[in-house]
Amino acid sequence: MDPILTVEHLHKEFDGYTVLDDVNMTVNPGEVVVIVGPSGCGKSTFLRCLNGLEKIEDGKVLLDGKIINPTGVDIAKDRQKIGMVFQSYDLFPHKTILQNITLAPVKVQGRNKDEAVREAVSLLERVGLSNKKDQYPRQLSGGQKQRVAIVRALIMHPEILLFDEVTAALDPEMVREVLEVVLSLAKEGRTMLIVTHEMAFARAVADRIVFIDGGRIVEEGRPDEFFTDPRTERARRFLDSFEY
Amino acid sequence: MDTGALNSYLPLYVRAFFLTVRIGWTGIALSLAIGIAGAFVLHFKVPVLSKVIKAYVELFRNTPLLVQLFFIYFGLPKAGIAIPAETCGILGLGLLGGSYMTESLRSGLDAVPVSQTESALALGFTKRRIFMYVILPQAVISTMPAVMANIIFLLKETSVFSAISLMDLMFTAKDLIGLYYDTTECLFLLVVFYMIMLLPVSMLGSFVEKKVRFGIYGDQV
Repeated sequence: MDPILTVEHLHKEFDGYTVLDDVNMTVNPGEVVVIVGPSGCGKSTFLRCLNGLEKIEDGKVLLDGKIINPTGVDIAKDRQKIGMVFQSYDLFPHKTILQNITLAPVKVQGRNKDEAVREAVSLLERVGLSNKKDQYPRQLSGGQKQRVAIVRALIMHPEILLFDEVTAALDPEMVREVLEVVLSLAKEGRTMLIVTHEMAFARAVADRIVFIDGGRIVEEGRPDEFFTDPRTERARRFLDSFEY
Repeated sequence: MDTGALNSYLPLYVRAFFLTVRIGWTGIALSLAIGIAGAFVLHFKVPVLSKVIKAYVELFRNTPLLVQLFFIYFGLPKAGIAIPAETCGILGLGLLGGSYMTESLRSGLDAVPVSQTESALALGFTKRRIFMYVILPQAVISTMPAVMANIIFLLKETSVFSAISLMDLMFTAKDLIGLYYDTTECLFLLVVFYMIMLLPVSMLGSFVEKKVRFGIYGDQV
């Protein structure tokens, strides 16, 4: 089976300072890859390079074998195939929940509005928020906003979903409601790339763990191996820091 | 108060009222056009033009309307450009208001967080559509109070038009006082007509503000 996403020798700098150094990765259809690592190690930047929100200095990112070029003419089309959910939700505050979800399918993909609304409502039902469809983002809790943001990405029918620390801004009790949605997506076989600091969740959802430190992939492996018996000293120290 | 005097002055005030409203609103329309164009130039940091707009804003924001009107009405004819008084009023108000509108609208555009653009980009929106559907509506909503304040301010600024011999409300009041010494009646009518001109604008403004701001800001004022 051909990989959905391939990253080759990705090199990223901010003002001459190397943030990501020779990162290589493949993500196969249906695979859930979880990226962990200390703050500032380049995890989020890595995700942002994949859909061209950040330009890269060297290397390439391929989606279905085709190069993603952040300044190319196809970038907007390519981005539709890569769903992304952010830490700070970033819903459109001037639009209702339903409008937030249907704006892109209607305006970007040119889909029929009624059809988009129907799908939006059924997706909202799935995450338990259909009663919020006519409210505005400010009227929702953080966890609810994040579930709407996930629906907003799902309605585009992306081939791969990127989750960038989607629970980092949430209260503990809201973390769960969001993670359960992500977990259910994993179970139905979606291809996902997840950056998170929730280690228990990472272990439960991942097919593969990628540990990044200092802009490089330090260790990679199955979750049970990584969490019980990491091969590198650096990963061991990182995991130890989660215990009190 | 002498009601006979009030009645006899009324038609003069009505005429002045319509002149003031006409010049005032045409000037405001001009100021909005300048403001929208200026805000775009500053927001998108258009080279060269940005510098021109910045200089324009500083020049017109930091000089009184009266001085600007004198320059346009008395100064320009010396350079061979004679403009009718009414056009001078519109031009002066439009240029002064344009500098205020430019700054208000620019701040609204700049205030929309970058993360809004990024989340729209991630959904596959083009830059142009992001501006149309995401940035512009939020900017309009957040600058609504400032724009309304500018409009009311500009309508009141029309009171200096009398200095370039436009027969506006202020001119009419001063003229009648000078002729007949009915100071109380003339000033009373002056206040009444300014209120008739401004109160509906102010009330409509609050209503519209409430409506468009509900989504982002809710019921709080």
